[in-house]
Amino acid sequence: MSEKVLMKGNEAIAEAAILAGCRHYFGYPITPQTEIAAYMAKKMPKIGGCFLQAESEIAAINMVYGVAGAGKRVMTSSSSPGISLKSEGLSYLAGSDLPAFVVNVQRGGPGLGGIQPSQSDYFQATKGGGHGDYKMIVLAPASVQEMASLTVKGFDLADKYRMTAMILADGTMGQMMEPVSLSAVDVKDYDKPWAVTGTKMQRKHNIVNSLSLVPEELEQLNFARFERYKEVEANEVMYEEYLMDDAELCVVAFGIAARVSKNAINEARKAGVKVGMIRPITLWPFPKAPLLAAADRVRQFISVELNMGQMVEDIELAIRCKKPVTLCNRVGGMIPDPQQVLEAILNADKGGNA
Amino acid sequence: MVVFEKPKSLCDVPLHYCPGCTHGIIHRLVAEAIDELGIEGRTVGVAPVGCAVMAYNYFNCDMVEAAHGRAPAVATGIKRADPENIVFSYQGDGDLASIGTAETVHAATRNENITVIFVNNAIYGMTGGQMAPTTLPGQVTQTSPYGRDVKHCGYPVKISEMLSQLDGPEYIERVAVNNVKNVRAAKKAIKKAFQNQIDGKGFSLIEVISSCPTNWGLSPEKALKWLEENMIPYYPLGVYKDRTAEKEAAAQ
Amino acid sequence: MMNQILIAGFGGQGVLFAGKFLANKGLIEDKQVSWLPSYGPEMRGGTANCSVIVGDEPVGSPIVNKPTTLVAMNLPSLKKYENDVVPGGLILVDSSLIAEKVDRDDVRVCYVPATRLANDAGFSTLANMILMGKLLKESDDMSFDHTEDALKKVIPARKMNLLDVNLKALETGYGYAE
Repeated sequence: MSEKVLMKGNEAIAEAAILAGCRHYFGYPITPQTEIAAYMAKKMPKIGGCFLQAESEIAAINMVYGVAGAGKRVMTSSSSPGISLKSEGLSYLAGSDLPAFVVNVQRGGPGLGGIQPSQSDYFQATKGGGHGDYKMIVLAPASVQEMASLTVKGFDLADKYRMTAMILADGTMGQMMEPVSLSAVDVKDYDKPWAVTGTKMQRKHNIVNSLSLVPEELEQLNFARFERYKEVEANEVMYEEYLMDDAELCVVAFGIAARVSKNAINEARKAGVKVGMIRPITLWPFPKAPLLAAADRVRQFISVELNMGQMVEDIELAIRCKKPVTLCNRVGGMIPDPQQVLEAILNADKGGNA
Repeated sequence: MVVFEKPKSLCDVPLHYCPGCTHGIIHRLVAEAIDELGIEGRTVGVAPVGCAVMAYNYFNCDMVEAAHGRAPAVATGIKRADPENIVFSYQGDGDLASIGTAETVHAATRNENITVIFVNNAIYGMTGGQMAPTTLPGQVTQTSPYGRDVKHCGYPVKISEMLSQLDGPEYIERVAVNNVKNVRAAKKAIKKAFQNQIDGKGFSLIEVISSCPTNWGLSPEKALKWLEENMIPYYPLGVYKDRTAEKEAAAQ
Repeated sequence: MMNQILIAGFGGQGVLFAGKFLANKGLIEDKQVSWLPSYGPEMRGGTANCSVIVGDEPVGSPIVNKPTTLVAMNLPSLKKYENDVVPGGLILVDSSLIAEKVDRDDVRVCYVPATRLANDAGFSTLANMILMGKLLKESDDMSFDHTEDALKKVIPARKMNLLDVNLKALETGYGYAE
């Protein structure tokens, strides 16, 4: 491990991306993720890479599409309204089976919303956002170290499964500084025989394309894509269990909500309440198995989120509604404080469902 | 002795274009330029959304199909990934001058070292003949059934004139493919646009005035006559920007 | 022991810099640390604050809701946060800029005329570091050790000529007695 340095989450993403072999970044300024672009603008020219400020988020994601088509590691980053604009491109990337890495440092919405931390793009990230049947691998870091490590992981997963990997962070994760150790990455090279690198007059021309006008063929393409998604679900689920061994209550939270919840859980434990946490690190694929297993042991689940309860639906599906799921939330850029989460835990301990 | 053959850069497949459509001619001119410059093996093309959507099946080089209007951004990515490769986009008027105006203008102003072939036939072809950004005043289409009313929906976009106002682009020329003389001039312009990229000069856009017999509701022959009498007066042919020539002139 | 420090003032007073100094010092001393700024339009001339946590246990939430130490560099900040400080906590007040007294008797309060001291010493922009010096002095598990190393981490290379005055400001605060 290299020496630990203090770094902002946004900068950690940028540096980790470079370590992961990314040499192309395209983006458009938007708070609270602009540090990523600024870092890339400084670094890329010095290492033979390309930083280009695009005319719009739409252009940026399509530049990503071009580089990904050419078989190179590439990324863009934005925040909620910008991700909506990129959603067209995300659908095309999926339809063309191209690997890409995208960061969403979320802010409150809908519309122009605010610029303070939020997790209200959970549905957009995990269910699609763009049109058509597709999935993205969605990674939810809860520390600056994870902002870095999940970036490295994201590039690898994108290449491995030929799909988009997205970091779904929030303004807090992007802006905070924590010690992080960034060591050289052993970048795995994936063979990309499909890439448009020029035929060199030695092979048939490659076509990167998402158009298929024959329904029978388009159906097969969708089936094949979802076979790959099944593999992702089987192999790539990541989560953290915290004090779950004897837990009778289970908090489910990701990102900053999980950090706040940890404080509350520690306090509740001091008061003798047996509460633990399952923290999804991959939001898609969602950690269904550990949640279902926990459903046989705990009395209740408490979903702590910075949105109106978008993850509750996934928890209920994962546990097949075996136990009640309550919501503890703040929205619009507000963050629940540990006291609010503690009260939700204590209320659940008393058998309250609301 | 071979006196006429299909360019090697075109695949040996039937094209889907309507009878009398000039896309076939323009495809051929692009392919001839690629052949003559010997760059097929390092050329990557970007197809649009529009009638030329399936151009990826026709050009023998590597091809990418872009989202509607985004071809210049996609081409930018491909070029930045492999700067030694030759990258071109092939776009229609709806794609380039309406939904993709921002991508077009900014690729031009960056002087992105790519070649853009802009086919302007004043109508949306693939969707069945709706008003385009380049539809002429008074022209009847499915969505301007009483003729394009400029008071209601504004004037046509003159891309070559507009882009030539920018400091960025290297070369902007408007050509037509309605007769042999103009086709020869178009070929020369297209080849120059590729040569500029090979020479690292930057963004070249060739606007090709073409016809759409099907959606104009005219025979191929009458369509070419209509093009000559209506489109060329509104969209005058010629070189709109040639930075190298400007520099040379200034140096003299 | 977890120090939950909230530093608050106007944009331009060096609130974020002071916080970075503390976080880097903690890192050098092998402590668990986090630093979280307020961000957005308020950075440009309005109020700014940052949460710094330094301690022996892993940091949970990086947001300081209940500070063990509050550093107030203007009146609005003092008014906004003084009641959040935990009983037995510490409040540092720049008394050159804040005439009012803290209206609590269950916390320790140090009034430091940091802005005046900084002006008198000829480094008028370093009231923030004078307060940091006082914070090191008044916090049970903090010391003056590693201050120079920490400063070297936070002062940009092109401004390293300011290392000495920063040190002097820290010393001034550390040695200040009311």
